[in-house]
Amino acid sequence: MRVAIIVFPGSNCDSDLHYVLENLCHVSAKYVPSTATNLDGFDAVLLPGGFSYGDYLRCGAIAALTPIMGAVRQFADSGKPVIGICNGFQILTEAHLLPGVLKKNDNLKFICRPVALQVENNGTPFTTKYVKDEKIHLPIAHSDGNFYADPATVDELEQNHQIVFRYVDQNPNGSVNNIAGICNRRGNVVGMMPHPERASEKIVGNNEGFKVFQSLLSLKH
Amino acid sequence: MIDQEMTPQEIKDQKPYLEWGLTEKEYDYICDHLIHRLPNYTETGLFAVMWSEHCSYKKSKPLLKLFPNKNERVLQGPGEGAGIVDIGDDQAVVFKAESHNHPSAVEPYEGAATGVGGILRDIFSMGARPIALLDSLHFGEINNAHTRYLINEVVAGIGGYGNCMGIPTVAGETTFDECYEGNPLVNAMSVGLMNKKDIQKGRASGEGNLIMYVGAKTGRDGIHGATFASTDFDSEHETQRSAVQVGDPFMEKLLMEACLELIQKHADWLVGIQDMGAAGLVSSSCEMASKANSGVKMNLDLVPQRESGMSAYEIMLSESQERMLLCVKKGNQADVRQLFEKYNLDVVVIGEVTSDHQYVLTHHDQIVTDIPVSSLTDDVLQEKCPERQPERLTHLKENSLPKIDDPAQTLIDLLQQPTIASKKVLTQTYDSQVRASTVAGPNATNDAGIIRVRGTQKGLAMTTDGNGRFGYLNPRIGGQIAVLEAAANVIAKGAQPLAITDCLNFGDPNDPEVYWELHQSIAGMAELCRELNTPVISGNVSLYNENNGQAIYPTPMVGMVGLISNVDHTVSSHITQDENLVYVVGQTADDFSGSELQKMLTGKIDGKVNEFDYHQTASALQKALTAVEDRLVTAAHDVSEGGLGVTLAEMIFDTSLGMDVEMNAQANRLFSETPGRIVLTVKPADQAAFEMVLGKDATMIGKTTATHELKVKTTDAEFKLNGTQLQHQWEDAIPCLMKSKD
Repeated sequence: MRVAIIVFPGSNCDSDLHYVLENLCHVSAKYVPSTATNLDGFDAVLLPGGFSYGDYLRCGAIAALTPIMGAVRQFADSGKPVIGICNGFQILTEAHLLPGVLKKNDNLKFICRPVALQVENNGTPFTTKYVKDEKIHLPIAHSDGNFYADPATVDELEQNHQIVFRYVDQNPNGSVNNIAGICNRRGNVVGMMPHPERASEKIVGNNEGFKVFQSLLSLKH
Repeated sequence: MIDQEMTPQEIKDQKPYLEWGLTEKEYDYICDHLIHRLPNYTETGLFAVMWSEHCSYKKSKPLLKLFPNKNERVLQGPGEGAGIVDIGDDQAVVFKAESHNHPSAVEPYEGAATGVGGILRDIFSMGARPIALLDSLHFGEINNAHTRYLINEVVAGIGGYGNCMGIPTVAGETTFDECYEGNPLVNAMSVGLMNKKDIQKGRASGEGNLIMYVGAKTGRDGIHGATFASTDFDSEHETQRSAVQVGDPFMEKLLMEACLELIQKHADWLVGIQDMGAAGLVSSSCEMASKANSGVKMNLDLVPQRESGMSAYEIMLSESQERMLLCVKKGNQADVRQLFEKYNLDVVVIGEVTSDHQYVLTHHDQIVTDIPVSSLTDDVLQEKCPERQPERLTHLKENSLPKIDDPAQTLIDLLQQPTIASKKVLTQTYDSQVRASTVAGPNATNDAGIIRVRGTQKGLAMTTDGNGRFGYLNPRIGGQIAVLEAAANVIAKGAQPLAITDCLNFGDPNDPEVYWELHQSIAGMAELCRELNTPVISGNVSLYNENNGQAIYPTPMVGMVGLISNVDHTVSSHITQDENLVYVVGQTADDFSGSELQKMLTGKIDGKVNEFDYHQTASALQKALTAVEDRLVTAAHDVSEGGLGVTLAEMIFDTSLGMDVEMNAQANRLFSETPGRIVLTVKPADQAAFEMVLGKDATMIGKTTATHELKVKTTDAEFKLNGTQLQHQWEDAIPCLMKSKD
């Protein structure tokens, strides 16, 4: 398996994803700059967290217009797995590869802390190693994680099982229906605010996010 | 605008330099002994800023010499962007702290943000990747809207910059005392990791090598601070701009990645690199030339500028952020340009290295400066400052014993004092986990943050400690305690202290009493640095911190880094098992002067601080470290503000367990702040081995229990407190004060 990690100017979780894939999963992970225009030869695409373009204008808005996003769209349209984590999720919504928007947290502050989640859909390429309704803990670290979509869209997401992760116990940012992560209709494009790459080893306090990557590895190629 | 600048004769007659901080004696010395003519307008400005305390340390230098700054591990001591310590495996840790007190008082968000930006540049200019940030914040009491505004904005500024850069903020401290009300202390520290082969220095050597400017454009921000008098500009022209710089962390992220790529992959192109920090282009360029004993020649027309019509003076003194100065080997300029252009950064050759030791600047085809490099750096007149013991210390009362009627209530009240209460509401706005290497972060009662070193067993423990109260009552002991507390913090995490950095936050050094405090504090710190073999490898001095004409408490802030040989062996600050034995390392005496208890009960800080035997204390701490390293300890937490009572309470927070302890002393001893103590828990099976290591330096006081409560018995009292309730009180105190409308 060959995994592409897209690096936008201002991405800062790219090296964490690279470490998890290369050192913990032992698969080939390559950094692909946002100026590149093709993703030939890759089996999965990861959009990392960070502050692409400084989050200036609107989180993810400028990154969504970079050359690589045309290739990401083609890649997604071909049914191959794509995941956006935190800023990556924001970029996927700005690029309309996923519905909805991510607004400022309802307390208007950056929040970094562990949250409890429920795995709602274990059928995506990134969640097959979880049991449906499994309760896990992952860290969040964002200012703009408050997912919103109009009621019709949210209904559709619910009907089609497109909610992948939902906050349980407490909603940290005010997201509609406690949404923490969603996927597209086809299920191959996932976006999530929590950071599984920061919870992939016991030494950093938690490895409950590692199954996101193990799920990806278990895909047949 | 050039022709409106004063002539050299007008400068001599009208003395504008007095307002820029240069004295008449210094001006005359420069004219008569260094350049043998009258300096022009630009030159006078360069002298004023380079001869300032901030750049020259002319007042504090004789005292800073008291610090040890070398040992077998130190690879780079003070004098470069940051100090460097060997941690084995051809790796090194790089760290430094810096204050941004005055900018943060004026514009708290940008002041704090650019403090973080500046310290990060110091780290990556050495060739290291920053891996952590820490802060040390001291505010006035949370009883007015302005202080709340300062707290919110400073915290947002630190988070805004560090989060965007992707550097985790893993530890720090926040304290509150009235003396900081108009003059908050905002100290930021950064720690970086590097391969020893990548070490860079700020040097401009080799005639014909090129001086290259990279990063953000130069604007009028930060020129000469508030002393920039109106006489400098004709009122019809530009008015004075903000003295506080504005940060752009996105720009800095690009600059960091570009500089690290240059250093790690193309070191052969590079001669030297230095941050344009305080006093911007002038300090970086003349220091780089001075350190290499070279000269330098620059054309200011080539400097990327954000505003039109900037004078030579403004270009040289601007403190615009996110800029770096490189000395590049002749022939490699095109390679360097290509590298930085890939990151969309400005990159321009602005000058070259010369062999004549002169500092030469041209602007609009005229030579605007031609002076010896050394006149800006090495020839600064050292000032001997008079010193005198402050009046207040001559008739301090003896340490008095507080009477405690209801120790349970006293503990509850202490846990709600802002200095002791949980800072979670502040620290959870910092990204503490980016880089996925944070083993211990700021969100708990952690004594120190821990970052694991990927690919090795090693971990780095790091902490900041600054307590002004002891310094106010006895600056020498205050200095000793600052270093000792930092050591206790890293030792509680199982780390061997390596070295320290510092920010010396004091009042006006021209006041002999303040200078005496500075001298005493440094002497006290130096004693403990020698005792612990933790040299001072970097740091800064922040003087003139005053509030309503009163100096702040003498507040030396110590940033310490310790090395954990096996990060899997680090221990929690929370208890982890029931039926473990609870020990206190170190003796507890009646130490109430300067304590949180004294402040809470009397509203002030008063009395003599007891001397303590630091040889004995340091030796006990070293034994505690051995016990942790030998895996004989299941939890460890340092005893500091609020004393043992607070430490015990904090150790049961976030657990379902409790403690049952008995002290052969009166209840007030629960709140004594005798320095250098740690509480440890030990499995019964390890009791003998543990006691063998610690000997008489540890006293058993009880055991951990399966019920979530704190039970305490003293010779005069007995109480039991519910852990959950206590934790809520500790956690709710600051959110409650921050919401209050008073």
